[in-house]
Amino acid sequence: MRDDSSLSPYLALIMVFVPLSLVAIGGGPSIFAPIQKEAVDVHKWMSAREFIEIFAVARVAPGPGSMLGTLIGWKVAGWGGAIVATLALFIPSSILCLAVAKVWNRYRGREWHAALEMGLAPIGTGLMFAGAIAIFRMAEAGPLAWGLAIFVALMLTWRPRAHPFALLGIGALVFNLQLWLAHMGYLR
Amino acid sequence: MADPAPEELAPPPSLFKLGSVLFWIGVFSFGGGLSGWIHRQVVHRYRWMTNDDFLSGIALAQIVPGANVTNLCVYVGYRIRGAWGATMSLFALMSGPTILCVFVAILYHYVQDYPVLHACVDGVAAAAVGLNIRLGIIGTQRIQRMRRIAPMIAMVATFVSVGVMEWPLVPVVLIIAPLSVAAVWPRKGGGAAHA
Repeated sequence: MRDDSSLSPYLALIMVFVPLSLVAIGGGPSIFAPIQKEAVDVHKWMSAREFIEIFAVARVAPGPGSMLGTLIGWKVAGWGGAIVATLALFIPSSILCLAVAKVWNRYRGREWHAALEMGLAPIGTGLMFAGAIAIFRMAEAGPLAWGLAIFVALMLTWRPRAHPFALLGIGALVFNLQLWLAHMGYLR
Repeated sequence: MADPAPEELAPPPSLFKLGSVLFWIGVFSFGGGLSGWIHRQVVHRYRWMTNDDFLSGIALAQIVPGANVTNLCVYVGYRIRGAWGATMSLFALMSGPTILCVFVAILYHYVQDYPVLHACVDGVAAAAVGLNIRLGIIGTQRIQRMRRIAPMIAMVATFVSVGVMEWPLVPVVLIIAPLSVAAVWPRKGGGAAHA
């Protein structure tokens, strides 16, 4: 297809991630498939197995799922590659978003602005719920994960100021309790 | 709890304070509960933004290309402290995870066999999804207050299409968004549209 082997690895990373940054409509997961194609098939930066491993790491590490790009950069060119890939993936979309936010803000108070907001906000809310399902589906989560998520949501409804650290900590505790019970033979 | 009215908003924080709040959210954001957590901090805890402003930012963040959470972060930073606020927020949120995810990748080979760590990560991630569900509940309450049927239909249709049916997000949004906006578009000759 393309031969970028003559390019410096930094330039190759920029050329892969800048366009993807600008087409990631609906968020990071929408470009996971093209990222895989570029990294594995086109540039042969890693094997398919290595890609899946990186994907798993991006899920357990803090940050948005798009940290996948950071890890590809790291595989390709070390720390420099990690930073270049992160910037290439996040800066273009962020500049676009800032421009849209500025325009959006300028027309605040107009009737059509209110209508756009009223029409778009429910879609955002629907996507929020859909995202919860998608995350669990990807993680092959069981009833415990669902129960815990709903417990946290209710907890925050009841006590909006409850600290997230405490709630996340409860999550870790509950899952370890399950692990321990399973280990002791109380759970199958 | 009531939404903070505009006059109850706290004065805008320093860039450093804004950055430090987002930095810690970034560092501890496992499993994608970031939007819910940002909401909790900037709307509830510090009152830098109103609920409505934040929720419209969420819709915007999802429609503009790019990771939803970084877009949201840019929007939130911009609304609180202008373009510098947006820049600061983005770099603060991303700097921790960028460094940490490489460390996790380096350590992964050594720790992937310890089930306790997996249980911690899975548990934190599940709880973080709860933060997002809470944000969905807040959005739903706001739709109820609009007292119109069209936004509720748009919300449910989006959720069912993308979440339950697993249809691709972009075409779904491209179809539902114009319909949803058209249904609430102000009609000529005054009077609100009741779809």
